[in-house]
Amino acid sequence: MSLVWLVPLLPFLACGLILALGRRLPGQGAYVAVGAMLLATVGGAILFGRVVAHQEVHQRVTWAVLGGQPVALGLQVDPLGAVMVLIVTVVGSLIFIYSIGYMAGDPRYPRFFAYLSLFAGAMLLLVLADNFLFLFAGWELVGLGSYLLIGFWFERPAAARAAVKAFVTTRVGDLFFFLGILLVFATVGSLGFAETFQAVAAGRLAGPTLLLAALCLFGGAVGKSAQVPLHVWLPDAMEGPTPVSALIHAATMVAAGVYLVARLFGLFLATADHQALAVVGWVGGITAFLAATMALVQDDIKRVLAYSTMSQLGYMFLGLGVLGYTAAVFHLLTHAFFKALLFLAAGSVIHAMHTNDIKAMGGLARVMPSTYWTFLVGTLALAGIFPFAGFWSKDEILLEAFHHHRPLFVLGLVTAALTAFYMLRVVFYTFTGRPRWEGHVHPHESPPVMTVPLWVLAAASATIGLVGAPALGNPFHAFVHAEGVEAAPFNLTVALLGTGAALVGIAAAAAVYHFRWVSAAQLRRALGPVVTLLERRYYVDELYRAAVVGPVLWMGRALRTFDLYVIDGLVNLVGVVVVALARLYRLVDLYVVDGLVNLLGWTAARLGAALRVVQTGRAENYLLVIALGVIAIVIGGLLR
Amino acid sequence: MRVGLEHYLVVSAVLFGLGLYGVLSRRNAVAILMGIELMLNAANVNLVALNRYVAPGAVAGHVFALVIITLAACEAAVGLALVLAAYRTLETIHVDEINVMKW
Repeated sequence: MSLVWLVPLLPFLACGLILALGRRLPGQGAYVAVGAMLLATVGGAILFGRVVAHQEVHQRVTWAVLGGQPVALGLQVDPLGAVMVLIVTVVGSLIFIYSIGYMAGDPRYPRFFAYLSLFAGAMLLLVLADNFLFLFAGWELVGLGSYLLIGFWFERPAAARAAVKAFVTTRVGDLFFFLGILLVFATVGSLGFAETFQAVAAGRLAGPTLLLAALCLFGGAVGKSAQVPLHVWLPDAMEGPTPVSALIHAATMVAAGVYLVARLFGLFLATADHQALAVVGWVGGITAFLAATMALVQDDIKRVLAYSTMSQLGYMFLGLGVLGYTAAVFHLLTHAFFKALLFLAAGSVIHAMHTNDIKAMGGLARVMPSTYWTFLVGTLALAGIFPFAGFWSKDEILLEAFHHHRPLFVLGLVTAALTAFYMLRVVFYTFTGRPRWEGHVHPHESPPVMTVPLWVLAAASATIGLVGAPALGNPFHAFVHAEGVEAAPFNLTVALLGTGAALVGIAAAAAVYHFRWVSAAQLRRALGPVVTLLERRYYVDELYRAAVVGPVLWMGRALRTFDLYVIDGLVNLVGVVVVALARLYRLVDLYVVDGLVNLLGWTAARLGAALRVVQTGRAENYLLVIALGVIAIVIGGLLR
Repeated sequence: MRVGLEHYLVVSAVLFGLGLYGVLSRRNAVAILMGIELMLNAANVNLVALNRYVAPGAVAGHVFALVIITLAACEAAVGLALVLAAYRTLETIHVDEINVMKW
């Protein structure tokens, strides 16, 4: 068994073990999950090392022979996959460890780690797949993990609804994804990525077919990565436990859409005039902007982060759309770290406050210093402040946009300012100012099992951007890059513009929420309709409820009525007819059939009664009859 | 008057008729047995007479008669034993009272 198979298998095994044995395992199963994840991390690091050393890591087995054509499936590690494996295992391990503290005392504690392990294994399968089939299997399994974990506290109706919403919404995208896979398979005749790219290079997959396939595949990414118009599930997914939000709905699963487009970048790049990439870029840009605006008015700390995640994923798609392959993957990497950090820090706050409402917090910096400082590092990284991680990756995306697509560049710049604004708003509301919480809440710093992962992630968020620093020769770019795409050269003006936008956002937030030069309430009143529009999330949910959910429910009810009256009516009619016939047959049975039988019996009885007289039981009588009979025979014989 | 075959046959028929009447009319089991003996003897008379007039010189008729006498002796022995047993058990030898096997 090769190492590359072992990496995704370990979390799966942990999942099975925990589901089977549960609380009897060390740490109620948590240690098993963490152990498996740490081992997978070691395996991932070894694989990463092999890829850095330019070793081919590609294992295939023949799965089936279809029409004389072998379908080979396998796992593969290339630079992109290696980076993804490291993100999943490292961030995953930290979140697993954090969960030991966060989930302590939960009645379904072992099951949580089983689900997390299931998710981690599926995610590793997804990023290691060398073919569409494994990718799709992993894709659906992470969806399942997401569903199970969003609905982990299924006693809460909101959580159960959110789980279903997430599942169904992503399913819409997955349908397109599946159609795209079928289209590729029908055209190329293979499920492998390598074969697909060969077909694209050879021109067998080209023209409108290629564009359609690329757009269908992108549909899957839109669903999974919560891009407009399938973005509605992600904010609701925050009903899940916070480590889940950090792992699945920030760092890894939602980034799978970005990974998908990056993995199939050759496909998108080959479309005429980069049409598919233009779609990707615009969807990403619009999502980035809309999500950032919606984040401005949220009071739920996790929802702000959820919209921020959507926005940053949009940023990544924007990057991919403007040929910034490396920039997008780089942003994926840095975002995984600082967004996981932000979520875990927010979880720490929620753990202490037992509420998500930032307006009921305030002044927590003194009570929870570790949480405060790490959250601040995450915020600055997300806002894109030099030298934190987000600065480098966001700058690269803006750079690519500046070179290839000016309108998207402007959109990205505005989004950067909005991002800085809403993040600092959360920081000011939560950690600074006067405490606004009630007397009976006693916030406290979280235990080390939670703060240590925070510090590790904070350190990573602060420094990991340096792997893409131009001054250091941009080693990340040398490692992960797409064939045939030139990276835009570093441009100081763009970097300054990006940082300037972030600083404007920070300054505005400080002016409103820290120094209170402008009252937030007055601002709200002045921008009334806009605020309402943002609070109602552009009425997209209402639109879907009216356009999709309503008709579906109406159809369901109509079908139910049809079922109840027509189908059931027919069935009942058949029943009634049968019962009536049965009554008739009963009469026939009772009088005709039984009558005949009784007649036979009655006849026999009467005959017996009549003949009974003959049987006197007296031998003399019988003898007399015999004698008379003999005489009769003799006389008969004589007379004849 | 010359005695011919017809005379023997008439005697035999009368004898048989007497025996049959005895069997049918008597209640006493011993009397019934006696009736049976009469009928057997009637058969004997017939056999011997027919042997003498129809096939003189043959002995088959005589032999048959002897066999029947033997049979009659056996029958009388078994019959009287039965009557005795019935009398011991049921304290009667009237056949109309011996009805334990009648339903």
